[in-house]
Amino acid sequence: MDQYIRAIESEFVKKDLPEIRPGDTIRVYVKVREGNKERTQAFEGVVIKIRGGGVNKTFTVRRVGAAGIGVERIFPFASPAVEKITVLRKGKVRRAKLYYIRDIRGKIRIKQRRD
Amino acid sequence: MKGIIGRKLGMTTIYRDGKALGVTVIKAGPCTVIQKKTAAAGEYDAIQLGFEELPQKRAEKLLTKPLLKKFEAANVKPHRVLREIRINNPDEYNVGDVIDAGIFAEGETVDVTGWTKGRGFTGAMKRWNFRGGEASHGSKFHRELGSVGNHTEPAKIWKGKKMPGRYGNERVTVQNLEVIKVDAENGIIAVHGAVPGARGGLVIIKSAKKPRR
Repeated sequence: MDQYIRAIESEFVKKDLPEIRPGDTIRVYVKVREGNKERTQAFEGVVIKIRGGGVNKTFTVRRVGAAGIGVERIFPFASPAVEKITVLRKGKVRRAKLYYIRDIRGKIRIKQRRD
Repeated sequence: MKGIIGRKLGMTTIYRDGKALGVTVIKAGPCTVIQKKTAAAGEYDAIQLGFEELPQKRAEKLLTKPLLKKFEAANVKPHRVLREIRINNPDEYNVGDVIDAGIFAEGETVDVTGWTKGRGFTGAMKRWNFRGGEASHGSKFHRELGSVGNHTEPAKIWKGKKMPGRYGNERVTVQNLEVIKVDAENGIIAVHGAVPGARGGLVIIKSAKKPRR
């Protein structure tokens, strides 16, 4: 029965996005609407969480903004606002959810992944 | 007026104009017209729809003999579910006709009837959205319903006073849901918004009674 739901979802699941994993540093190009104008804004940071499946799969990107304030944004993979993702650095981490980096003061060091 | 019987499959998300919409996916039909009632024949205009055809052997086990004879008399296969739907165009339907999801078009609005999940014996907070009391700060009044009435006058509790009791498992209709997708071939209808009941629950889809203009 689930197949019919997936058939409806499949139209919206994007396949052209690069494979990302927790620990990767990525840049997300987000479409922003201002009045009638549409432009693209980049959001750069570390992927700390990937959850869900199908159309409901999302990823969370964390970056430390001005004045040391942490900013986290959650993007659905299927969202039409997510235009493009570029992987800047592949990170090697030992857990799936990197909540611990929220508590790190100062520089966050993530080992590079080679594969 | 037109309608069809179905089963709720589940919910998902779709995107339209850059916005995410929650949609309920329903397996609707095929339904067979089992009986027709008309105002002309001294009754009212309605059709009885059968849903989920049963193999003869199974039907003999599940259904009563009078019901089996009813199907036989109409010359249609026995069905698990039998529901009546009021119509206003009795000439368009005949006994034995098969109705599929194709009767609805994308963009149309529909009313969906379902039976809500049974919640059993439920307190006043969940059932009637009472506020209850504080959880802490020395409070000894937590999830109770409080006063149920006055003293000497009326010296009784009013009928219909909202109290704990059985909640859920009631027939609920959600009006004006937009049809997002129709797949007549597989009998699939997706509507914008939530529909009462659990996955696999019976639902009745009818064209909207009070459509917005």
